[in-house]
Amino acid sequence: MLGFIENLGSYTLYNLRQTGRMGVFFANCLASIAMPPFQILAVVKQIHFIGARSVTVVLVTGLFTGMVLGLQGYHTLSRFHSEELLGSAVALSLIRELGPVLTALMVIGRAGSAICAEIGIMRNSEQIDALKCMAIDPYKYLMAPKVVAALVSVPLLTALFDVVGIFGGYLVGVILLGVSKGAYFQGMYDSVAWADIWMGLVKSVVFGLLMVGIAAAKGYYLHLERNGAFGAEGVSRVTTDAVVASAVAVLVWDYLISAVMM
Amino acid sequence: MTYTQDNVAIEMIGVEKNFCGQKVLNGIQLSITEGKTTVITGASGQGKSVILKHMLGLIHPDRGNVRVFGQDINLIGKKQRQNLRGSFGVLFQSVALFDSMTVYDNVALPLRERSRLGEAAIRANVEEKLALMDLHDVNHKYPTQLSGGMKKRVGLARALMLDPRVVFFDEPTTGLDVHRSNEIYRLFHHTQKELGYTAVIVSHDVPRIFKLADYVALLADGKIQGCLSPNEFQRAENPHIKAFVETTMGPIYMSEQEEHSVHASI
Repeated sequence: MLGFIENLGSYTLYNLRQTGRMGVFFANCLASIAMPPFQILAVVKQIHFIGARSVTVVLVTGLFTGMVLGLQGYHTLSRFHSEELLGSAVALSLIRELGPVLTALMVIGRAGSAICAEIGIMRNSEQIDALKCMAIDPYKYLMAPKVVAALVSVPLLTALFDVVGIFGGYLVGVILLGVSKGAYFQGMYDSVAWADIWMGLVKSVVFGLLMVGIAAAKGYYLHLERNGAFGAEGVSRVTTDAVVASAVAVLVWDYLISAVMM
Repeated sequence: MTYTQDNVAIEMIGVEKNFCGQKVLNGIQLSITEGKTTVITGASGQGKSVILKHMLGLIHPDRGNVRVFGQDINLIGKKQRQNLRGSFGVLFQSVALFDSMTVYDNVALPLRERSRLGEAAIRANVEEKLALMDLHDVNHKYPTQLSGGMKKRVGLARALMLDPRVVFFDEPTTGLDVHRSNEIYRLFHHTQKELGYTAVIVSHDVPRIFKLADYVALLADGKIQGCLSPNEFQRAENPHIKAFVETTMGPIYMSEQEEHSVHASI
């Protein structure tokens, strides 16, 4: 019994410390963005990695998400003879919820895991210590370009996801199932407000920050993991943890932002 | 115990450090004299590298102070600490080269990030340092394409890029054969004479490393048992030093051929 309480206490303390470290890490990352010199080339390179190289996966998932929304939406709405509302149903679902969330999950799987593994390997092989010893701030040199790239890329990818998703819904709803083209787009035009687009944008910015922050922090603090994280096995374990933690954080923050902004 | 107090570059005062409840450093008192070579030695797992990381400000002590050029590295601001580290060069045990960068980019990195020099001046500096390390035609290679000895030389070239006042060597010859080790020692000896930096070497390559040292410090039982000149070290009465000398420098410690090889290379 005493052992259980001891373990619980140690686990709680560890998690409190981790949360504190994450907070400090986020603060340092954000502060490093604001301070010159600005690494334009490094940011462009990271936008290519996080953004451009995620385009294909976002296009494919966006298209099929829109298509399945069109299919499910049509069959649900047809029960109430409201097929003409398909356009607004697809657009609102994508812009307010599915676009930001699914884009973030795709970017976490593709880029978040890679960021965590990269930083983790650098930590394990003393490369981060080497940067500090060369008087190079790891936050400025490593993290700031990634954070800026995520802030630029994730909202753009989300917009792409929304557009392709709406096209997917059009393909199934209008081309395959015969909903009126005019009704599809007019319904969308009538129902989507700037507030919906704003909500989607806020979510994508927050999710981008969460993704890069959690992934990079997990790698950066690899050496402080509770049961030790050594070698390739340690990096792989921490990377898995980072992906799970980022995905959970995205869903939790999705609810919180929706609750505040609706 | 001889502590040289004049021109102290780094001073550790009563430094204590625990890891997972185990006391690794238990009141370290050590002074590193400016312009000299101090070797920190001791058995494996005693915490030699931990001492080095304290000096670099990478680890914070649980108790005690680490003063570098008169400033406590753990109490100064981030900016001041960065400026202080600008006067350091470090050759890590794992070398810590950036795998995704070429040799040229690795060596150029400190100047690109810490100076306002143009690319032409940086190139000239990199070429000079690589030539000093007897490295030719490696600019476009990646660290994984180099041998262990070449990696160490690239690491040393990078460590010297900012013309440091203090260079730290963490087990500089680990994993190298006698010939390559001697090559590293020769380069160290040559660059230290030429650039006049303070050197702190963590090594258990005893007694070979004694030939390069001005002072030898033994870490045992979490304390520095003595920081003495190599000659004094070999005659010291401290039981830890005596035992260490007997174990590492007994009658079979070095073949004539090895001895000759070291002398010839330095």
